[in-house]
Amino acid sequence: MARAAVLGRLTWRVATVTALREETATARTIVLDVPGWPGHRPGQHADVRLTAADGYSAQRSYSIASAPDGQRLELTVQRLPDGEVSPYLTGTLAPGYPLELRGPVGGWFVWERGSPAPVLLVAGGSGIVPLMAMIRARAGLPRPPPFGLVYSAREPAAVLYGAEIPERAGRDEGLRVRYAYTRRTPPGWPVPAGRISAEVLDAAGWPPERAPSVFVCGPTGFVEAAAGLLVAAGHDPGRIKTERFGPTGG
Amino acid sequence: MTGYLDGNMLAGPLREIFAVDVTAAVGQCAACGTSGSVGQARVYADGPGLVARCPACGHVLMRLSRGPERAWLDLRGLIYLQLPVPGGGAQD
Ligand SMILES: Cc1cc2nc3c(=O)[nH]c(=O)nc-3n(C[C@H](O)[C@H](O)[C@H](O)COP(=O)(O)OP(=O)(O)OC[C@H]3O[C@@H](n4cnc5c(N)ncnc54)[C@H](O)[C@@H]3O)c2cc1C
Ligand SMILES: [Zn+2]
Repeated sequence: MARAAVLGRLTWRVATVTALREETATARTIVLDVPGWPGHRPGQHADVRLTAADGYSAQRSYSIASAPDGQRLELTVQRLPDGEVSPYLTGTLAPGYPLELRGPVGGWFVWERGSPAPVLLVAGGSGIVPLMAMIRARAGLPRPPPFGLVYSAREPAAVLYGAEIPERAGRDEGLRVRYAYTRRTPPGWPVPAGRISAEVLDAAGWPPERAPSVFVCGPTGFVEAAAGLLVAAGHDPGRIKTERFGPTGG
Repeated sequence: MTGYLDGNMLAGPLREIFAVDVTAAVGQCAACGTSGSVGQARVYADGPGLVARCPACGHVLMRLSRGPERAWLDLRGLIYLQLPVPGGGAQD
């Protein structure tokens, strides 16, 4: 994959919304057609820009949820009730609408598809989005490395990709999934709701001896807590890559 | 201040200026000497412009501000930046 590093400076492109998928009551996936999209690597993001009639504009970053697939791109956005950008993306935006974006960007929080190391993915809330791109891209490989996903959500109703993840866990060999809940669990769940714990991370993933590549993504507080637990458990900080979405991020 | 993001989020703003991905570059902090990927810096985006701090000592590594027709990049907190360059087998 020696794709040339230099593509010139990056400018804004206009994508078109081709479909919308409601993931939960407050999150939706936006399917875009992006003319000239150069392809992306799992974990990268795009910057989205909204511009008002008076010229005022607001920019936000959104992780790419889809595996590389030509001009087609998917983003999944969690609505923040008093946010500036996410209510527009999860509410107003409709098929046929244009959307200005810049990307793909970010060469650090990226899973290299050639890498043989086992992978531990740790998601908090909408932090699942770039990790889902990795899971989806992995599925296309002939001999993929084993993946473990720990997905912490507020409650069962807040889980993104709620049908696809269990389906993949049942079908994609070497993909293990563990859920954790911070506010409310499903009935009969063995562990009470609460913050992500060392036990959950350990049970689901890979011990430090296996030297997994670790990707942690979610709200800043979650990433802080999870990365701290992983380092305390003996994982090499140099193998832990993080992506903080900000104070909320679901 | 806890409201920080990762250096990753600088990727878009810096790709508007540079032809390579600066977040995958390795830099060394001028204050404490720690080296790391720019993607690992702590970025504060709540003031005017973007401020990247060293994750080890908190020193300012980089400031980026953007006007309508100009960008200002202050790199005085970095001793060096080691950038992947095209043609050498590096990826973006
Ligand atoms: C690299 C990167 C990738 C991202 N990927 C995704 C993604 O895939 N999906 C996604 O949904 N989001 C993602 N985000 C977050 C996204 O960029 C926006 O921050 C988010 O959508 C909120 O934008 P907004 O304009 O709606 O809210 P804003 O207008 O930014 O309003 C939120 C503001 O209110 C404050 N605030 C609101 N509620 C709270 C609260 N409960 N606690 C503390 N402060 C609060 C915050 O300080 C924040 O500044 C990503 C962020 C980064 C940096
Ligand atoms: Zn330092």
